[in-house]
Amino acid sequence: MSSTNIQLPSAEDLLQTIAQKLQPLLQTNLALVGIQSGGVWLMERLLVLLENDIKTNAIEHGTLDVSFYRDDFVSRGLKAENRPSQIPFEVENKHIILIDDVFYTGRTTRAAMNELFDYGRPASITLVALINRGGRELPIAPQLTAMDIALDASQNLQLIQDAEGKLSLQLISSITQTNQVEL
Amino acid sequence: MNNPQLDADGRLRHLLSIEGLPKKILNQILDTAESFVGVAEREVKKVPLLRGKTVCNLFFENSTRTRTTFEIAAKRLSADVISLNVNTSSQSKGETILDTVDNLIAMHADMFVVRHAQSGAAHFIAKHVPNHIHVINAGDGRHSHPTQGLLDTFTIRKYKSDLHNLRVAIVGDVLHSRVARSEIHALTTLGVPEVRVIAPKTLLPAQVEKLGVHVFHDMKAGLKDVDVVMMLRLQNERMNGAMLPSAQEYFKTYGLTQEKLSLAKPDAIVLHPGPMNRGVEIDSSVADGSQSVILPQVTYGIAVRMAVMAILAGGG
Repeated sequence: MSSTNIQLPSAEDLLQTIAQKLQPLLQTNLALVGIQSGGVWLMERLLVLLENDIKTNAIEHGTLDVSFYRDDFVSRGLKAENRPSQIPFEVENKHIILIDDVFYTGRTTRAAMNELFDYGRPASITLVALINRGGRELPIAPQLTAMDIALDASQNLQLIQDAEGKLSLQLISSITQTNQVEL
Repeated sequence: MNNPQLDADGRLRHLLSIEGLPKKILNQILDTAESFVGVAEREVKKVPLLRGKTVCNLFFENSTRTRTTFEIAAKRLSADVISLNVNTSSQSKGETILDTVDNLIAMHADMFVVRHAQSGAAHFIAKHVPNHIHVINAGDGRHSHPTQGLLDTFTIRKYKSDLHNLRVAIVGDVLHSRVARSEIHALTTLGVPEVRVIAPKTLLPAQVEKLGVHVFHDMKAGLKDVDVVMMLRLQNERMNGAMLPSAQEYFKTYGLTQEKLSLAKPDAIVLHPGPMNRGVEIDSSVADGSQSVILPQVTYGIAVRMAVMAILAGGG
């Protein structure tokens, strides 16, 4: 593995873009749901930005860890670390904004939607991703992104959070290409 | 030492006893169970992890709670479950254990949950099955009942956040109890600094202190300032000969009453693996009282058993 020298955008700037694009979508009966871990960091930051902007009461929100719904459980097993999903609101008839950091194959989204439906029948789900890196393998795409780029399958784009909560992007290229699909 | 529970990479392959399992694996099971607790509170209490797998409950000895919670756990993981009460089936016609197991493998069972009155029965089956099949010990003789030890530890962790400053007392028939052995190994491996056993000499195994526990014969001294009281069932069915004067006499000396419980810390919790003998090892007012976490133990038992099955099926 080695870090490449591609100039990556600032994740903090992209976050502001997403917040602006989300504003017109805000409506009553809405909830934000972040997918572990990057989507949850984004969701927490977006909550602060949006609640400041619209001066409204707290927006309902929750988190999903899709470990139990992944389609590669048989080949890869459970991650050593998984966190409880927390959906502390009624999903039934709610407009859900599903938040992920990097959109790639669409498999994580598939898993997250399946899990959400086990909580109830939402009125709608809108997928928001900080970056769409291309390479989807399912008929699923984010409705809202801050940036679209095309990355090679050997490249792995990750959102990271430092000790102060600041977000940044990291691109890792594996020298030997594997057949494993990153969710 | 070859540990039949782990594969060559140190991942969990079978769950046969707590003894010999590293702290890392115990924590992995307990942390994963944490994620499964929430599943039971949802509209759909199921996750698709074990879809297409067949779990076979092989009970050579009676059980209601353990068999039912294993069955619910497997079903909540979307597995197909077969529960066999072998006492009433082919064993009584003379079939050997391994023939029963081989027949179930021929029916494409993927996992066995085994309870047997003989210590070592689950090990015996684990040694016999092909690589892709996993075995969980649901209690073998006096030896081990690992998921009970884990669910008790999980329950303690839910009520007492830090295991590293706890004083825990295990009270009663330690001699016949596979539960006690599993609890002791789980608690000491996870770093509980003081584990006490409280019992008459006749109900303690020889050299029990070698397991790293402090021995008390006087219940009042043993309960002083403990954070957790783990009661054991008096196992009349495993006793031959006179180990006790009478059940009434036992209750007087070792039964948990409100009065004796008041010697423990005011926020102490009381556990019991069930089934309870009310008025023998525990007074009803304690069993149903505010410090009792006996029913939460049952609920958490499902999450812990789901975690064990999910980790095994996922190759550790």
